[in-house]
Amino acid sequence: MAEKPKLHYTRGRGKMESIRWLLAAAGVEFEEEFIEKEDLEKLRNDGSLLFQQVPMVEIDGMKMVQTRAILCYIAGKYNLYGKDLKERAWIDMYVEGTTDLMGMIMALPFQAADVKEKNIALITERATTRYFPVYEKALKDHGQDYLVGNKLSWADIHLLEAILMTEELKSDILSAFPLLQAFKTKMSNMPTIKKFLQPGSPRKPPPDENYVATVMKIFKL
Amino acid sequence: MSGKPVLHYVSVRGRMEPVKWLLAAAGVEFEERFLETKEDLQKLRADGCLLFQQVPMVEIDGMKLVQTRAILNYIAGKYNLYGKDLKERALIDMYVEGMADLYDIIMNHDFKPANEKEKDLANIMDKATNRYLPVFEKVLKDHGHDFLVGNKLSRADVNLLETILMVEEFKPDALAKFPLLQSFKARISNTPNIKKFLQPGSQRKPPLQEKDIPSLMAIFH
Repeated sequence: MAEKPKLHYTRGRGKMESIRWLLAAAGVEFEEEFIEKEDLEKLRNDGSLLFQQVPMVEIDGMKMVQTRAILCYIAGKYNLYGKDLKERAWIDMYVEGTTDLMGMIMALPFQAADVKEKNIALITERATTRYFPVYEKALKDHGQDYLVGNKLSWADIHLLEAILMTEELKSDILSAFPLLQAFKTKMSNMPTIKKFLQPGSPRKPPPDENYVATVMKIFKL
Repeated sequence: MSGKPVLHYVSVRGRMEPVKWLLAAAGVEFEERFLETKEDLQKLRADGCLLFQQVPMVEIDGMKLVQTRAILNYIAGKYNLYGKDLKERALIDMYVEGMADLYDIIMNHDFKPANEKEKDLANIMDKATNRYLPVFEKVLKDHGHDFLVGNKLSRADVNLLETILMVEEFKPDALAKFPLLQSFKARISNTPNIKKFLQPGSQRKPPLQEKDIPSLMAIFH
């Protein structure tokens, strides 16, 4: 009997959201156990967390930790990681770019107001001059629907997540990128992704003050 | 044209050092081009050589690979240092990502203000001796093999040796409580390719000197 993967994290996006996206896009149902109050200590004391940290995903008999390790495993298992080493290299490069961009956005709620304002401007600049032009060009150069190997991969799913997250910051961020706009529409209409984008799915909302306070408390930041 | 990989970076350890360790362990000769001024970086950018305008960049097999993890994944895959299947890869990825977290705090230590350095060093040693090293001691103890994963040398072993040596640079007796890591260190250090890399005159870089920080900052800022 194939058990569903079980995700252990706080009830919010954080580092687990990309994992939720990837599983959902792959059409894999999963369960979630949300960490509140003393749950983190319990997981640690049970020896469930290799480096005492979450995310942790129970999958295929393993208690996997480290976001990238988890993502790489899921991508490999569900054939979203290219057909050979070179395609993997391109997928890795693209994913690391969107990881850097989303990482900047994820840090915002935890920053003081003046730092946050400066960083929002920096993020907007980086998104429109460093990151999105790369993906726009990739799509333009080969004229295909997907970033790598003319087939849906982890890189496409991660890019869609990054586009939507950046649009939450600045809704017209894609104004200079027509191919990314078309990409966003096409990807959003894929059945598994369309389902994930609907209310009631495991997708988590953007962090608010309550979430920030909860995270600070649970992780003793 | 030699066909050897060409590594583009500044003349310090930074983010390129793990790449050099891995190539050296695989017995792959490589060339280095060092950025010495801001103009050197700008030229690479203007020539369209840097996908996200950043280094490290490695020219290998007709690609200009960027993003440290993408580079390391490709080299590990190409030279059979990445396990035999998805599950071995998952273990290797978890171990390597844990070590990358420790590496990041070690790397950033050099850039901490003087009044924060002591506390930061205490944090590094606490994490190394209580969070990371015990994990690898236990892995070796549990299976009794010479290598971390699959009874065969992998990138995780190379990475662990590099990590151990860096931690020992802060505290020479860091392995006092870890007998299996001590013998691991001796054993891996004596494998021919790594032994060569550890000798004077190799391409291995020394720890960052404080006097070199200003010129380093000038290149990137």
